[in-house]
Amino acid sequence: MEITLTLNGNKITASVAPDTVLLDFLREHGCASVKCGCETSGCGLCTVFLDDKPVLSCSVPVVRADGHKVTTLEGLQEEAAEFIGFIADQGAEQCGFCNPGFVMNTIALLRENPDPTDDEIRAYLAGNLCRCSGYEGQTRGIRAYLNAKKEGRL
Amino acid sequence: MKQELKSVGKGVRKKDAMQLLLGKPAYVDDVTPSDCLVVKVLRSPHAHALIEEIHTDVAMRVPGIVAVYTYRDVPQKRFTMAGQTYPEPSPYDRLILDRRLRFVGDAVAIVAGENEAAVDKALRLIKVRYEVLTPLLDFRSALDHEILVHPEESWHALCDVGADNRRNLCAQGMESDGDVEQVFADCDVVLERTFHTKACHQAMMETFRTYTEIDTYGRLHVISSTQIVFHARRILANALDIPKSKIHVEKPRIGGGFGAKQTLVAEIYPAFVTWKTGRAAKMIYTRRECQIAGSPRHEMEVKVKLGADRDGTIRALDVHTLSNTGAYGEHGPTTVGLSGHKSIPLYTGSLEAFRFAWDVVYTNVESAGAYRGYGATQGIFAVESAVNELSEMLGLDPVAVRMKNMVKQGQIMPAYYNEPASACALDRCMQQCADAFDWAKKYPVRVTENGKIRAAGVAMAMQGSGISGVDVGSASVKLNDDGFYVLRIGAADMGTGCDTILAQMTAECMDCAIEDVIVFGADTDASPYDSGSYASSTTYVTGRAVEKACLELKEKMCTVAAELLDCPTADVVFCGREISRADGTASVSLTDVANKSMCRNNIALEATCSHSSPTSPPPFMVGMVEIELDRETGTVEVLDYHAVVDCGTVVNPNLARIQTEGGLVQGIGMTLYENIQYDERGHLSENSLMQYRIPTRLETGRLHVSFAPSYEQSGPFGAKSVGEIVINTPAPAIAHAIYRATGRWYRELPILPEHVALGDTVK
Repeated sequence: MEITLTLNGNKITASVAPDTVLLDFLREHGCASVKCGCETSGCGLCTVFLDDKPVLSCSVPVVRADGHKVTTLEGLQEEAAEFIGFIADQGAEQCGFCNPGFVMNTIALLRENPDPTDDEIRAYLAGNLCRCSGYEGQTRGIRAYLNAKKEGRL
Repeated sequence: MKQELKSVGKGVRKKDAMQLLLGKPAYVDDVTPSDCLVVKVLRSPHAHALIEEIHTDVAMRVPGIVAVYTYRDVPQKRFTMAGQTYPEPSPYDRLILDRRLRFVGDAVAIVAGENEAAVDKALRLIKVRYEVLTPLLDFRSALDHEILVHPEESWHALCDVGADNRRNLCAQGMESDGDVEQVFADCDVVLERTFHTKACHQAMMETFRTYTEIDTYGRLHVISSTQIVFHARRILANALDIPKSKIHVEKPRIGGGFGAKQTLVAEIYPAFVTWKTGRAAKMIYTRRECQIAGSPRHEMEVKVKLGADRDGTIRALDVHTLSNTGAYGEHGPTTVGLSGHKSIPLYTGSLEAFRFAWDVVYTNVESAGAYRGYGATQGIFAVESAVNELSEMLGLDPVAVRMKNMVKQGQIMPAYYNEPASACALDRCMQQCADAFDWAKKYPVRVTENGKIRAAGVAMAMQGSGISGVDVGSASVKLNDDGFYVLRIGAADMGTGCDTILAQMTAECMDCAIEDVIVFGADTDASPYDSGSYASSTTYVTGRAVEKACLELKEKMCTVAAELLDCPTADVVFCGREISRADGTASVSLTDVANKSMCRNNIALEATCSHSSPTSPPPFMVGMVEIELDRETGTVEVLDYHAVVDCGTVVNPNLARIQTEGGLVQGIGMTLYENIQYDERGHLSENSLMQYRIPTRLETGRLHVSFAPSYEQSGPFGAKSVGEIVINTPAPAIAHAIYRATGRWYRELPILPEHVALGDTVK
């Protein structure tokens, strides 16, 4: 069937099989940042925005995106660039495979709650698994970014 | 000798950090073509069976199917998939496809097709008639059992590891020092305990995956998520029975390894398809495949007999480890060694005698492999728990007991291959940790207002730095135009940051900026030989190779500079961005030297050096945990975890800290969440990340990491290793805290809320 959606600002029309999931569609359409980690909606790696709301693209049939706006990290490079250096300063990116999903959900968090506490950060990102970092470095990185922003150091 | 350092010791960003955080294409599936054959494997539904009949004709007729292979199509030479130095200690017990199936998930057939839908359909249309055999699932009864996992004549072991396939034995051995029985007889107390750990999964976020194609030269080009490019080349050559010269292996960025990718898991299937069809192929493991047919930790039952005096002096240790290698022997003979070699020597300070014996058995469950800690984790859980039990039994403070008995710098460790604790700050780790944690205050059990119990636990750990006398690290350093360097390595950065820390070392040696060092690796055609990234070897072993190569390159650069400066080589000095005459009268820039090397020059401004160490200096650490335990629900919450690590010189404090935090959380997962359960037919329940619960960021507690560095003379800039040791303390420390809170010792992992709530100590 044919669907039309706006991917990272570009309107695209494509013919898809009804059982195609958004994750596979996005990777086929040049969005390599979208990663598959588990296939059971349990790891957060495939997080993208559907109409600006974070969703797990492994569990969204692409037909549900018909007529909607889909955003991946490819479309949010500048917004990500604002804070990811603080994650890198902690070394908390590590292998990097979970990073796009984690960065996407962090963007969603900061849009929703620009001044979260550490516990709010942990709660919001609880669905984003990371096997390398032990998570604390990621929290420290976000905290350092928020502090820098408050102190006008950005 | 300590020196003023400019690059080593700095918490610089990982060289690839920003690109990874921006989600740029970097991993196997991102950087290889998608218009290649999709490869999948039909997996055995039975834990033990023989294929009586297999029909692939219907499957072959599915449009888009290019090939279906069965056991009849593969070479009949057995090999091992363990990434180890040749001759591998792991027995040669595998075929690419075998008529005998040895675990649920074992490969029955390989299907290759133009698209995933066709391959999935063909998988369903392969008709197999199995002769279902009784599986051997209990590793405690596997030795000399009437059911044989490997009855085949072609099974063979390259090394004398005590293996005997007619006894289900993958390895067996014993070693000792002193007369343990005599010391036990003389001890005030002798405590005997049995501990059990399960086949935990690495659960790296990127599952196993490999792309293969035939290159311009007709060779098999393999792009894989692997820690071991050179071993992969040999294993593929063995499996396909083709010359190694026909294979080229490279790794792009790796989405985590933790040892899982020290074994070939996905590689052989697409490689076989490409070699047979000439077509490019790709295999991406599902998470389910990763769980049921991966390379997890060896399940172990560790019996500890500990002899001590009433004052807490630990005088004798007798450790027996029974290890379950599963259906195949990857890393079976070697992981087991660490369960004793990296637990017993912690008490070198007072031990008068030790004995360490082991059996490694085959069973019809998923084949085990290498996982961070590699046997040390299991052994340390047992021995450290036994020491905690002893301390509690004698009414002594377990911190004081350890201070009294621990290994000290300069001591020879009979239980650690008679190697010296050449650099050891374990005592400082303990003191520093006790102070930061406030052990004196937190050790006593407290009941909170809501009725929950707060309690504390402690454990020590050690590991190695590479494999003594075996591992080879190499580095090649080259000067380029403008005076920048390219460092080529065969070690694999799997997210840990070895590209960056080796660049820091290069920058230190060449007195240049870290940005002036480009790192390339790892590629079997282009990299100098390296055993690969495992056994905590890269910093210590490859790091030394970097130092050596830099020294040699500097000499060559000085020779070229001397020509330019028209003076003897002995009269020039290397000063980083330039090379000067010793008298200061003239100098040439690195750009001048590099340009000279490209015009009328006979001296290659490149140096390649290898390094292998006769010893494996252990890093040491101490971990202390405070938990809050809910008696009603049995829930154990980690509140604070303090860790103090002696990894020698800390090359990059940020990366060492993250390694430690990541290892602690994996250790917490192993202790409290990550379970492995087989049903009576040998099916694994925890076959997804829904069932196999790795910790989320709500379950880590607050982690507090610091360092108590010693200085290892034989290491690069005094460094040892950090990658593996960090997973070892949580299990014994948390089990200790749970005992403090409940009065019950849990000797089997994981310790789940139901066990705690029901007072079920299992054994």
